[in-house]
Amino acid sequence: MTQHTTETPATPQLLSGNEAVALAALHTQVALGVGYPGTPSTEILEHFGTLGGKARWSPNEKVALEVGIGVAYGKARALVTMKHVGLNVAADPLFTVAYTGVDGALILAVADDPGMASSQNEQDTRYYARAAGVPMLEPASSQEAYDAFFEAVAISETFQRPVILRLSTRVCHSRTTVVPREPVTAPAPAFQRDIPKRVMIPAYARPAHRRMRQALQAVGEHFEQSDLNREFPGEDRRLGIITSGVATVHAAEAAPDLPMLQLTTTWPLPLERIRRFAQSVERCIVIEEGDPILLNDLNAAGIPATGKPEMYRFGELNVERVTRILNGDTRPETEPPKGRPPELCAGCPHRISFAALRELDCIVAGDIGCYTLGVLSPFEAMDTCVCMGASIGVGLGLRHVLPEDEATRVVSVLGDSTFMHSGITGILEMVYNRPPTGHVVLVLDNGITAMTGMQEHPGSGRLLDRGPAHRVDIAELGRAMGLDEVIEVDANDVKHNFAELLRDVLGRRTLALIVVKKPCLLLQRQLRRDAKATAASPQGK
Amino acid sequence: MTPTTNIVLSGLGGQGVLTASGILAQAAIIAGFDVKTSEVHGMSQRGGSVRSDVRFGPNLTRTSPMVPEGGADYIVLLEDDQLPTVAHALSPEGIVVARAHIDGIALPNPRSRNVAILGALSRHLDNRITAAHFAQAIARVLPAKLHEANLSAFSLGREHANFAQSHTP
Ligand SMILES: Cc1ncc(C[n+]2csc(CCOP(=O)(O)OP(=O)(O)O)c2C)c(N)n1
Repeated sequence: MTQHTTETPATPQLLSGNEAVALAALHTQVALGVGYPGTPSTEILEHFGTLGGKARWSPNEKVALEVGIGVAYGKARALVTMKHVGLNVAADPLFTVAYTGVDGALILAVADDPGMASSQNEQDTRYYARAAGVPMLEPASSQEAYDAFFEAVAISETFQRPVILRLSTRVCHSRTTVVPREPVTAPAPAFQRDIPKRVMIPAYARPAHRRMRQALQAVGEHFEQSDLNREFPGEDRRLGIITSGVATVHAAEAAPDLPMLQLTTTWPLPLERIRRFAQSVERCIVIEEGDPILLNDLNAAGIPATGKPEMYRFGELNVERVTRILNGDTRPETEPPKGRPPELCAGCPHRISFAALRELDCIVAGDIGCYTLGVLSPFEAMDTCVCMGASIGVGLGLRHVLPEDEATRVVSVLGDSTFMHSGITGILEMVYNRPPTGHVVLVLDNGITAMTGMQEHPGSGRLLDRGPAHRVDIAELGRAMGLDEVIEVDANDVKHNFAELLRDVLGRRTLALIVVKKPCLLLQRQLRRDAKATAASPQGK
Repeated sequence: MTPTTNIVLSGLGGQGVLTASGILAQAAIIAGFDVKTSEVHGMSQRGGSVRSDVRFGPNLTRTSPMVPEGGADYIVLLEDDQLPTVAHALSPEGIVVARAHIDGIALPNPRSRNVAILGALSRHLDNRITAAHFAQAIARVLPAKLHEANLSAFSLGREHANFAQSHTP
């Protein structure tokens, strides 16, 4: 077990939801925190590391979850963090660890982004709990996130299930007070061989599916009694609110006097508890952010309740929108005035690439990162952006079908962290199923995961705590996979003739990888600060 | 009259909006209030608009972390031209504390302008949060080497803020 800093519990602290989850992980002796950065989840692991927990960035969410599964098979406690779309990447292991179950604790902290403050979609993680058969808890504040984490660990160990702690932007990034508890100790890690339990060949998976359903049933019965679900009284019994997550506090502020049932254990649903509440009022309304998932489940269980008008499916809720829902108000909403959009920093190394792509009128299969800002003025040099890593596959697809004069202008553009996350398999596809006109992939290597705030990755040469690590070389990887040509350029050197270089490469019709290298300006600043701090501290870092 | 005080801070990425809201929230805690803050980080490092909401009062357990439309008692602008993006949050009796109000004050470090504006704001909060609470909060939130410059920026903003400069939306 790692030696944790001894933080004295009991003084109230002002913590973000992310910090509260990290503190709870520390206080439940989580042996390893793993994940891949993604707004709004990123600070969970960073803070866990700062507090003294063992925290590591993985190349992507799937690998992170698999590592977490190993930790939990070894009877230890694992925290796996990601944003909502990360769970798509990690869905494959999720659906089957739901069958095998775990021996220690496996907690997935997954952060949704309703309203898409910083995401490509606003998918709803609650579907995953249902689809995979995994228990879910949904806190509404930092204190609730802290408490729910303890409960998640208890459930995970008692029922041997992975548990999803579903967070959302306004839980992750709101700071509210937290009173910590006495830390609890974790059992010693150990491996107990149990082949039919963990080797999911069909013969062993069939009974495992049944075991999973039985376990879920037991968790559901446990949730019926859970005091994490809270009922708030109200004299007027004509209308009752059923709600969960951060919608709870919006609803409580919008209608403080209405009877309310706040659900924190949201899968399996405590249906009898909900039914009792529904019977205690004349009429029920479900206030939930995103899709009408809770509403549909209640209606399917024969609990009469109404939901929100369709227009409130989109975006996040707030006090005004909940008030409108309660009033059945469907008048169009006034859009709040737009603020200044973000842009590539002055001097950002990504700029030369987009200037060249624009100059050559390339068809740019883009990807996700700071460089997605290349889609905005003045460059407007990005034509597609689907999900992390998609640039390569989408670019190849376009190359396969477009007429030659268009195909030869297709370029795939992605960042270094994105390359590690899911670009490597794209290169495999490229060398395996070669388009007739070849293809060009541009990796904008600024040495860090910049978009989410400077997270390390396998190509950065540093660990999460910025200690030294093996550095995977993108160009070497490209050569090893059999590309025709791999060109590394220093963004400082090619500033003025990068368009020329790109034009030449496109003209050669090869399978080419161009790695444009220059550290992100913010990274340079951070490294200078680190160096200064190391020099200043007597023992070094 | 609601017992909750609602403050919206607004500016651009890199101006210290989140640090200012962290200090304000901490000061409110030290003063004995329950506190909630909310912000959207997103791409704040890339110079985009940043807004942070701070709410404090006796008990906010059943209160949203976001300041409702028209509910802000104060709007604090680190970049005055951001007013249109947050003006809809201001209550009819609300007060705007703007960068213009501290313009011309020589600060020991221009990076502490965010804290100087908190100094200006603090003049309006005296019956709830004292200057001493703010000083403690600065010491708690910022690293030691920044204490002096920021304590001084706070005092300068507090003493010399010129509210004759009107700033109504
Ligand atoms: C599956 C998934 N995980 C995480 C994210 C969040 N995210 C978007 S882009 C990105 C990485 C950006 O890093 P990089 O490719 O190095 O580009 P940079 O921002 O440094 O230019 C991350 C973590 C996401 N959108 N999807």
